[in-house]
Amino acid sequence: MNKVLMSGNHVIGEAAIRVGCRFYAGYPITPQNELTEYMAEHIRNAEGGVFIQSESEVAAINMIAGASAAGLRVMTSSSSPGISLKQEGISSMAACELPGVIVNIMRGGPGLGNIRPSQGDYFQATRGGGHGDYRTIVLAPASGQELADLTMAGFDLSDKYRNPVMILADGMMGQMMEPVIFKKPRPRVYSEKFMLRGAGTGKSKFIRGLLLDPIDSEEHNWKLARKYEVISKTETRFEEYKIDDAQMIIVAYGTAARIAKGAIKRLRVNDKKVGLFRPITLWPFPEIELRELSSKVKHYLVFEMSTGQMLEDVRLSLQGYADIKFHGRPGGAVPTPAELANVIAKFYDKND
Amino acid sequence: MVKTVFKRPKSLKENVFHYCPGCGHSIAHRIIAEVIDELDIRGITIGVPPAGCAVLAYNYFDIDMIEAPHGRGPAMASAIKRSLPDRVVFSYQGDGDLAAIGIAESFHAANRGENITIIFINNAVYGMTGGQMAPTTMLEQKTTTSPLGRNRTLDGYPVKVSEIFSRLDGVTYLERCMVNSPLNINKTKKAIKKAFQCQIDGLGFSLIEILSPCPTNWKMTAFNSCKWIDDVMSKDFPPGVFKDNIGQARKNAEDR
Repeated sequence: MNKVLMSGNHVIGEAAIRVGCRFYAGYPITPQNELTEYMAEHIRNAEGGVFIQSESEVAAINMIAGASAAGLRVMTSSSSPGISLKQEGISSMAACELPGVIVNIMRGGPGLGNIRPSQGDYFQATRGGGHGDYRTIVLAPASGQELADLTMAGFDLSDKYRNPVMILADGMMGQMMEPVIFKKPRPRVYSEKFMLRGAGTGKSKFIRGLLLDPIDSEEHNWKLARKYEVISKTETRFEEYKIDDAQMIIVAYGTAARIAKGAIKRLRVNDKKVGLFRPITLWPFPEIELRELSSKVKHYLVFEMSTGQMLEDVRLSLQGYADIKFHGRPGGAVPTPAELANVIAKFYDKND
Repeated sequence: MVKTVFKRPKSLKENVFHYCPGCGHSIAHRIIAEVIDELDIRGITIGVPPAGCAVLAYNYFDIDMIEAPHGRGPAMASAIKRSLPDRVVFSYQGDGDLAAIGIAESFHAANRGENITIIFINNAVYGMTGGQMAPTTMLEQKTTTSPLGRNRTLDGYPVKVSEIFSRLDGVTYLERCMVNSPLNINKTKKAIKKAFQCQIDGLGFSLIEILSPCPTNWKMTAFNSCKWIDDVMSKDFPPGVFKDNIGQARKNAEDR
């Protein structure tokens, strides 16, 4: 297939439909409305495709939980305040082991904040977000192409582990237009035994998260924990950029990583040896890979469009083996690569 | 040879109900199961139990079921039905579940005219959590959170779900029933059967409200609870058919 020029929100929708998403429910919120609109227009053209504009984000997440139980590939999307509302259902899907993809096109917060790109939802996304002992797999795309690839991968991972997957992007990713190639999706692998489609002539089944017996409930929690351990060991993704000779490494994800790349290119012209470590999975965080890097490089600068959230995971990963600095632009502020290059240069020069 | 005149419906499991003596849930469960048997839809029916006393309904119904978070049953049921249009899908909800925390999900499922059925158990109190004030608690009714009786100034008024929902264009069939006497139980069963048939025929949204005794939280005997429904509750919540658009819906379907 040829390259097509599409906005990020449309790319997610198109990738989802191509990979077999047949149920979408959502509620309007900026800056992700184009995704809801894309699904309204296109998912019904796919056989069996269902679109519901829900009465709220709470309803939307519970709708996708229902359709997921019925055996469909499902997705919902929103932006920060709406994702807060979805947490009840995300927790419930994790408890009931229902697959589904949740897209968060982050905006400035807390509260209603603003509609500018931001990365303030890292904690919420990577720590579960809702109540109880659970995790969601969190994928952080940094380009239009990755929006397509990771959306498709998100559905596969969600089915494989029967766990909700979150695509964590921001208003910049959602609104920006880039050329994209949609790869051929892999056929779905998901057993019918997990689907609730009427008992037929057989034994009836039920899907539940309520486990009144604490020993049963404890075992269920450990079962989920074992699953998360497997995910942590096998599903981390990351990108390294110009780290071979690096004296200093920027750790950033998503849009921030993209800005950091631009900054690094400028710094390299001035002979400042700076590289980038970009986590693609935020949970599981590429902890081991980052720690290994600390045997070679001793100076790290975490850059986020927040007051410092991934910073905590970087500290946990590096375990004191390296020096960690932080630069943040929260609340919807987005620096230019040139501006960030100046900031990095100051930190870099102090290290010399 | 002795003729069997009464037996457990096939759509009910062998488990003993955990419901309190005199509770209306057991009766509602049984007649729903009888309707499922009579319509021969056990294999294609999917039920969505609520949070509340009936959260364990899947221990009793021998059909496929999925638990909904508190109030979200109609959202889940809508999605299941849209995903599997040839299945029979119902949500089973209490008054807190439907008329308080889940009013948006219920209202909009009704307004979209989803081809599902809601069984709405109204016992004017939060049962499972120990008898707090429900959206349907009547004025002056004492509960653990309205210890002096529901006060119109402070607590507002009982929500009349059937009266409100019957005004929505998306609703095809809506009836309020009671399960406090053999006669009323039979009427309720007939209404549930009609609602399920409405769905099977693809005619749209149906809701059966059931005034149901809660002797434990009403602090009454089972007998007095049944009497209280007649004497007090049914005055605020009069039984009857609030909407029957089945004929018109059938005509519309045929015209299409």
